[in-house]
Amino acid sequence: MLSPTVKTLGAALIGTTALVAPALAQAREVTLNVQMEQYRGPAAYFAIYLTDPAGNYASTLWLAGTKSKYQRHLRGWARAISSAGGRVDGISGASVGSGRQLSVSLNISDALIDAGYTIHVDTAVEDHRDARDAIVAPLSSAIAGQPQTGNGHMRALTVNM
Amino acid sequence: MLRRLHSLPGLAAALFVILMSVTGAVLSLDPLIAQIGTPPSDAAITTGDLAADVVRNLPGVERITRSASGAITAYAETDTGDVAGYAIDPATGTVIGEATASPVMEFFKQLHRSMFLGTGGRALAGIAAAAMVILALSGVYLLVRRLGGWRKVFAPAQGTLSQRLHVEGARIAVAGLLLSAMTGFYMALVTFGLVPDGSDTWLAFPDTVDGGQPAAIDSLTALQSVPLSQMRELVFPFAGDTEDVFTLITANGQGFVDQATGQWLVFEPNSLAQSFYQAIYTLHTGQGMAWLGLVLGLLALVTPLLAVTGTLIWYRRQRATPRIKANTPPARADMVILVGSEGNSTWGFAAELHARLTATGIKVHTASMNAVRQHYPNARLMFALTSTYGDGAAPHSANRFLARLADMEKSPVPAFCVLGFGDQSFPRYCAFAEAIDQALAQKGSVRFQPLGRIDRQSAQAFADWGRQLGDRLRLPLTLDHVPPRPRSRRLVLAERLDYGHEVQAPTTVLRFASSRGRLPRAMPGDLLAILPPGSVVPRYYSVASSSRREGVIEICVRKQRGGLCSEFLHALEPGETVEAFVKPNPAFRPAKGKKPIILVGAGAGIAPLMGFVRGNPVGRAAHLYWGGRDPQSDFLYRDELAQSLEEGRLTRLGAAFSRVVGGGYVQDELRRDADRLRRLIADGAQILVCGGRDMGEGVRAAFDEVLEPLALSTSALRAEGRYLEDVY
Repeated sequence: MLSPTVKTLGAALIGTTALVAPALAQAREVTLNVQMEQYRGPAAYFAIYLTDPAGNYASTLWLAGTKSKYQRHLRGWARAISSAGGRVDGISGASVGSGRQLSVSLNISDALIDAGYTIHVDTAVEDHRDARDAIVAPLSSAIAGQPQTGNGHMRALTVNM
Repeated sequence: MLRRLHSLPGLAAALFVILMSVTGAVLSLDPLIAQIGTPPSDAAITTGDLAADVVRNLPGVERITRSASGAITAYAETDTGDVAGYAIDPATGTVIGEATASPVMEFFKQLHRSMFLGTGGRALAGIAAAAMVILALSGVYLLVRRLGGWRKVFAPAQGTLSQRLHVEGARIAVAGLLLSAMTGFYMALVTFGLVPDGSDTWLAFPDTVDGGQPAAIDSLTALQSVPLSQMRELVFPFAGDTEDVFTLITANGQGFVDQATGQWLVFEPNSLAQSFYQAIYTLHTGQGMAWLGLVLGLLALVTPLLAVTGTLIWYRRQRATPRIKANTPPARADMVILVGSEGNSTWGFAAELHARLTATGIKVHTASMNAVRQHYPNARLMFALTSTYGDGAAPHSANRFLARLADMEKSPVPAFCVLGFGDQSFPRYCAFAEAIDQALAQKGSVRFQPLGRIDRQSAQAFADWGRQLGDRLRLPLTLDHVPPRPRSRRLVLAERLDYGHEVQAPTTVLRFASSRGRLPRAMPGDLLAILPPGSVVPRYYSVASSSRREGVIEICVRKQRGGLCSEFLHALEPGETVEAFVKPNPAFRPAKGKKPIILVGAGAGIAPLMGFVRGNPVGRAAHLYWGGRDPQSDFLYRDELAQSLEEGRLTRLGAAFSRVVGGGYVQDELRRDADRLRRLIADGAQILVCGGRDMGEGVRAAFDEVLEPLALSTSALRAEGRYLEDVY
């Protein structure tokens, strides 16, 4: 389910992130395809975010789940944005239930791809585990189209670019 | 207006409110179940002690929570890589077993919160809570107003059974329901982010962490400083990550604890909004206060009763109050019309008066007499249009009027005018209207026009009264109201049995079937209204049969000299038809149960009593006392009564005949059998009397004599519903 509003939010991301290239012409449209696990319980919160080659927080690509009292369970992400002194920028949507799929499109600067940046996924479900770094993968063209798996409530994240 | 505010959300929300209350009552058991299932904990134990014990017993533990009831749950990774919750003994930190939520309670919780309808369901639940708040507050106001002030708020409830149950139930439950509804509504507002619960405050991860070797858990001073009873949740650092911290939520706030130094890195006390939310949550759920939960749960069970009785009350009032066009609110009315009516026919006359007065530009308020107010600020004149019920009693819509008037310091309006409706053939013709006329005059109100009387709904008499009124008001007032003919059915005479010709008391038993379609439903004791040709006023006859059981509607008619309807019926041949309808008469029926019944009648008054005998189960004592003239001529139902005695439906028959040597009336038979009657009445027997007015008085006098040694009277039995009369 590709949402057109998501694209405009992606464009906003470029404006707010210091690490992006100056011109949109040098940005690439990237699609994040999320497949959730089958589990019993309420919808999952998750954060997909980037760290730079030094391991410092760079930016949030997508945040699923809008209530901040539950967002703190995304502990790696929460810690990362705290240390960056940042608050959540507007790139968020509803929490995602068991077995559901989500597709998000956004523009990412060419300068970030194949440049040592890492994609992190934290997931959390009420009364289940808080999974930090449930999925970790390099932001490289090599993983394009390859499902990345991990140990949280997200079965796979596929990055198309 | 306020009554509308009470009834409209009530009707709309009745089903939801019932659902919320019943599910809430089930959930109210949860805190108690949790409390019973939780082992006691030692007050001296700290969060650090317990955490250390749990880590020893459950090495992969990631998180420990403590519920309001004191139940400790630890979450740890399983072999499959998932996380499972374990119930922990708070005293020892050992694992008791897997923490399992009761599927029943989970089901009810979801039903209560959202009816399995997601966000929309949560909104509905919030709306139901709001409706409940409005109902409770407006209900309290109505109750206080109805009972006449706060000091009388615990006075005995009056009115129909529904009204009494509604008032009694509300008095018991309203405080609890209001608490549950207000807290529930607040929680709904929090769910939709319309009021803050303080959970939005973001506790930033600390800038600097020691990062050194983690210390033993029971040595961490911050964890030792929090007694277990204060702990809400403890989240462990990720294993092997020395940069990570403990997250500790207590009753007072939340913060991070350094795993190397054991110090608070940051602690943020609860905001006012958070503390308030927690207090409300406790009040709504009873979590940690099991007794409160149980009380609120029990009170919630009163809601279905209130919803059902409230709907019944509303429905009856809707049916009883015909729509009045252009009805002015009481505060703005120039004139007030109050209506006392049993079967609604008086309302038609009131509506005509209302319409004609309104047409001259007067603002008129019309309501039932029971709805009388203490004061109508603009009103100069009040009309009371009322019938009389039975032997001078108030009709249904006026039965509280005199009591309310007596409580008032002065008359609600300066001048009044009473118009009585009745049947001149009754001895106490318009007696209730006379009582109203007297009572209003005594309250200091001026009698604008002498008491008027309308005999048998006469359109002519009503028009005459209107002319007189118009002259006095100096208004052209033409009242033209012909009572609508009731919706009747055509019944065909199937069979007739004649008695009493030889003793100048021709009485006939008539059995009617439907001429087309289904027979209207009738039970013994109900009234069959027959419209003689050319008349709009029906005559009523007691029904002797059950339309379902016998498939006919049976009545018993004594021929009256000059009686329009009885002569018509006596001339009726099988195959001919009548226009008729059934008027239910639930007030004259044997009570349910096994207590004996005493049936007393004379002449054609045997009809409903015969019907009761036919429906009487074998084993319930039924004693019939009946008076006729001559056993050779007017012994109605003679063979059938003999058969009922044989079958045991009738226990004993005491028949008295006035035209035989040594005979007498039915009241003589009662006196003769006084010992037996006293025994039966002491056993709780119910008495049902049917017959002419004179016989009714004679029977009452006889029973009062019989009852005197028991220190009882017919009026005492009547008040208990044990002395019922159908006299004509």
